[in-house]
Amino acid sequence: MTQAAAFPKKRATPFTPVVVKHAERSLSNQSYIPEIIRGVGESMRHFFRNTKEMWKNDRPDPVTQRLDKGITTISYPEQKRPYPERFRGLHRLMARDDGSPRCVACLCCSTACPAQCIFIEAGEYPEGDKRRGYERFPVRFVIDELRCIFCGFCVEACPCDAIRMDTGVHATPYDSRDQFIYDKGLLMSFAGRDGSHKTENPRHEPGEKTHPGIDRERSH
Amino acid sequence: MMSLSETIWAVVKILIMVGFLFNVGGLLTWLDRRQSAMIQDRIGPNRAVIKVFGIEFRLGGLLHPLADGVKFFFKEDFIPPRGDKLLFAVAPILVMAPVLALIAVIPFGDKLCVDDLWRTTDTGSLLFPAVPRYGSCLIPVARGGIAAIDLQVASLNVGILYVFALAGQGIVGAALAGWSSDNKFSLLGALRAASQMVSYEVTIGMSLVGALMIYGSVRMGDMVRWQGDHAWGIFIQPLAFFMFFMAAVAESKRIPFDLPEAESELVSGYFTEYSGMKFGMFYFAEYMEVVTSSMLLVTIFLGGWQLPFLHRDGLTIDIGTWRALQLPMNHLTVTAIQVCTFFGKVLFLCWIQCFVRWSLPRFRYDQLMKLCWRILLPLSLANILVTGVVYLLLDHAGPVLGNTLQMIGDLTQAVVAIAITYFVLSIVIGLIRPTRRTSWVVGSTAKLAQRFGGTPRSPRMQA
Repeated sequence: MTQAAAFPKKRATPFTPVVVKHAERSLSNQSYIPEIIRGVGESMRHFFRNTKEMWKNDRPDPVTQRLDKGITTISYPEQKRPYPERFRGLHRLMARDDGSPRCVACLCCSTACPAQCIFIEAGEYPEGDKRRGYERFPVRFVIDELRCIFCGFCVEACPCDAIRMDTGVHATPYDSRDQFIYDKGLLMSFAGRDGSHKTENPRHEPGEKTHPGIDRERSH
Repeated sequence: MMSLSETIWAVVKILIMVGFLFNVGGLLTWLDRRQSAMIQDRIGPNRAVIKVFGIEFRLGGLLHPLADGVKFFFKEDFIPPRGDKLLFAVAPILVMAPVLALIAVIPFGDKLCVDDLWRTTDTGSLLFPAVPRYGSCLIPVARGGIAAIDLQVASLNVGILYVFALAGQGIVGAALAGWSSDNKFSLLGALRAASQMVSYEVTIGMSLVGALMIYGSVRMGDMVRWQGDHAWGIFIQPLAFFMFFMAAVAESKRIPFDLPEAESELVSGYFTEYSGMKFGMFYFAEYMEVVTSSMLLVTIFLGGWQLPFLHRDGLTIDIGTWRALQLPMNHLTVTAIQVCTFFGKVLFLCWIQCFVRWSLPRFRYDQLMKLCWRILLPLSLANILVTGVVYLLLDHAGPVLGNTLQMIGDLTQAVVAIAITYFVLSIVIGLIRPTRRTSWVVGSTAKLAQRFGGTPRSPRMQA
């Protein structure tokens, strides 16, 4: 019975020894001079091409044309390679329409965090607030970016798309450890790569028709 | 006793030569770094910045040698406690001084007639007359004219012998530096330097003998004049040119002959213990040796200040007895072109030497010695023999062959002229020709970069 395998095995190839080619002992090789001229010629080819491109400021793009000939060095602080779209950079907290954090202080992220770098102090909404009883809010939301291992588990764990790592910014070096402790305000201030603090995912506020209306007291 | 004008001219000539040597020596440190970067597809040094009124000047990395100089002066001047303090201090001077003194006999222009620089014709028009191709100025000394000035610091009659004598002095400095450092690596480097330089000194001398026989003079100025009238030395003594080139690179102790300072074996050889400006002097002397060896090569083999067909009286294109073009030019123009030609050729050769330095791997020590004693020395002896025989045969050949040889010589000049034109033209065309590029947009990084219209860069970035 033959079945189309999803991952077909590579057919075993007969063992083919690699023949190491030794340089011939010819006059041109032994006298060393033609090879010197060839070598210097190769250097000159690179020199002229690169000098011209340097002079005209017309170097190949270090990312999109990185396999092209020429100097594809990234001059780092002035020039930055864009991180891939799924790069996990610094965290940010997403905002609701009214500007408050989407976070409901469920502690899922801090529980999931293997480095235990997230600290959340949950607070109850005051009496009379329509959200009271349905959800809580983070009084303090602190991430120690030095402890963070950038695994992205917090993002996976978050049930309401409140924390993300899509800022596209890598952890910035500072000169003191306490500067790596990011609090709620700072985390809220980061925008995504599109410059937005909001998310496409809808948020169902208590009282709206789409809200399931389940809370700790009323469980249908 | 020198007259005042002679003294002034002597000072001017010294300033030109020494100024050129020092500046190009400094520039070569920059060229070496930047050119190696270009060869190896890197950007090279470009971070030294001077801020003037908030505007940053990087000058393509030209400030790095400057920063190096400042650093040299402010570093600790370390002397090994158990080393020989006097010799340790004297060694860098002994390395540097011969290089400086060596340029005294190198001519950078033809005889200069000061009177004829600004003289108008007898009719009073502003056209400057051309001076005669040979001999002295328009007004001879006997009739009250000023004697022609050699554009050469010292027109010694021993000429090239002086060069040999001084080039050999560099060994002393290197050997003393290694000995006085109280360091085994230094000593090994010094031993290597001494044996290598002594060996290659022989080749330097021997390879030039053939050329000297043909030029019939050891005066550098006469050699250049001979090359202008007949053919450049590289066509007459091609083998000697390559041997001298090799030996000169070996003398300046640069890759592929840098065994005395082989980093991977001897830290940095005989100047391991040196720091600060003393190290700077070794470093600088090495680059100045590149310049002086280029000057020697230019003078002896590449026609010195001569451009093809440009003589003292102007542009004259002669192929054998057929005169294609004659264009008299005034003395000032010709002199200016010739001086620029000489320095241009020197810069070109320095540039070539940098290519050699960044393209070739280092020799093994036995290979180095074999190359010298088993290959270069016999070859140079054979060169002397063959040159002598051919020279004798041609000397007794008769006028027909003489004319043919002159014609061939003129053709080599034409070849050089065409080669120079081709080189310049191909550089210009290469600069104009647009570069073809291929993009590979694979992965989200490249897609993002493409969306930004190229990898983002801030406007501050300079070469």
